[in-house]
Amino acid sequence: MPVLEVENIHKHYGKTAVLRGIGFSLEKGEVLSVIGSSGSGKTTLLRCLNFLETPEMGVIRVNGETLFDAADRTTQSEAVIRERRLHFGLVFQQFNLFPQYTVKKNVTLAKTLLAHEMLKKNGSFEGATTMREATAAIDAQAESLLRKVGMEGKSGSYPCELSGGQQQRVAIARALALSPDILCFDEPTSALDPELTGEVLKVIRGLKSKDSTMIVVTHEMAFAENVSDKVLFMADGVIEEAGTPAEVFGNPQSEKTKAFLRKEQF
Amino acid sequence: MFPEVIASLNNGFLKTLELFCCTLLGALPLGLVVAFGSMSRFSPLRYLVKAIVWVVRGTPLMLQLIVIYYGPGLLFHYNFWGTGNSSRFIAVLVAFILNYACYFSEIYRGGIQSIPKGQYEAGQVLGMTRTQIFSRIVLKQVIKRILPPMSNEIITLVKDTSLARVIAVYEIIWAGEAFIKSAGLIWPLFFTGLYYLLFSGVLTLLFGYLEKRLSYFRS
Repeated sequence: MPVLEVENIHKHYGKTAVLRGIGFSLEKGEVLSVIGSSGSGKTTLLRCLNFLETPEMGVIRVNGETLFDAADRTTQSEAVIRERRLHFGLVFQQFNLFPQYTVKKNVTLAKTLLAHEMLKKNGSFEGATTMREATAAIDAQAESLLRKVGMEGKSGSYPCELSGGQQQRVAIARALALSPDILCFDEPTSALDPELTGEVLKVIRGLKSKDSTMIVVTHEMAFAENVSDKVLFMADGVIEEAGTPAEVFGNPQSEKTKAFLRKEQF
Repeated sequence: MFPEVIASLNNGFLKTLELFCCTLLGALPLGLVVAFGSMSRFSPLRYLVKAIVWVVRGTPLMLQLIVIYYGPGLLFHYNFWGTGNSSRFIAVLVAFILNYACYFSEIYRGGIQSIPKGQYEAGQVLGMTRTQIFSRIVLKQVIKRILPPMSNEIITLVKDTSLARVIAVYEIIWAGEAFIKSAGLIWPLFFTGLYYLLFSGVLTLLFGYLEKRLSYFRS
């Protein structure tokens, strides 16, 4: 069973149709790269998956469970959406770290709040029955995540003391802290100086495993070609071409894809 | 004479201080309510609040004091403020709180709207509730941004308290002026300036300290 199924997503802003029937599926452990020119709807697609935008049409399923159905209003209430967001993680182009908190607190904050809520409601949270136990587990997890993204020495620093690449790596750790089923990256290196993109891409590549499913919207063609299992090329709100990197990059069928790839090579 | 004047001015200053503190206690939270009203998605409420803010910011505080204190009596032939010093103090307080809440609300609104959308979205995708996002993420950044304009407004309040005199509420200027009539002395009135200077100096230091406390992060 695919971990993610997306069917026929439509999204309009006023009269502008940004997404016009997007559908794809993703197996567990796969990395999907979404490429395309600016304005093709890549970012809007990620925002729909993370419920930051509400599509007018379409269905989103995770592990067979319908998380969103435009035709079913019960899937769109604030409380329901909040819970369902936890299936997805999102790393932003602009990092959006919380400036007043240390690196570690950035990673632990949301989970700590969630633990607090769950302990009150159910009396347990991920095996912990007291806030003290939960906090210890969350702290340990944060330390290990920060190690994973190469930021272990910086847990006490504030975001303003870090470079863009370091901030983005913390943002990745923060998104991982809630163990999302699918981790989305919205042009994670577009706001970075060229010499800093490498360290972030390396971290994303390092996350690839049989358990982690990722969707990466990117302009880094080499990254898309080498790291992903699937590539979607979007143009004007539709999927113009989809396939393995070898298919899309090696033997593109659509004229638009060919034109885009030619342009990207310069 | 000097100790007598000082004792009297101290008394007046205590009243000034009382008015200042009570106004802040009321206007700081009420300003937030007004700010949320002026940002409401329910447009009739938004327009109503914006109209109130317009009137309050668009007319002199002195006039507002007079209207609030005398208005009900003249309009309805019923003075619901009652009589006596404490009733006049309450009327002054109501006028000050309303006036300052409106000014504060605009500072709050500016601060809240200056926080990048990405901060809210980062909270949302991490599964936080609206309340959590406001209290845990946005609030401190707003406080940092509004400290300088708030210190401005609060220092203005220190001096505006002297307007309470127009409806005969005792404060330090009154205390100083009284010596002109009773003893033919003008210096006690001039001397009140030192109290204001000293007090606004203390506030300046306090706000400087708060700004420094929040300088550990940039937003």
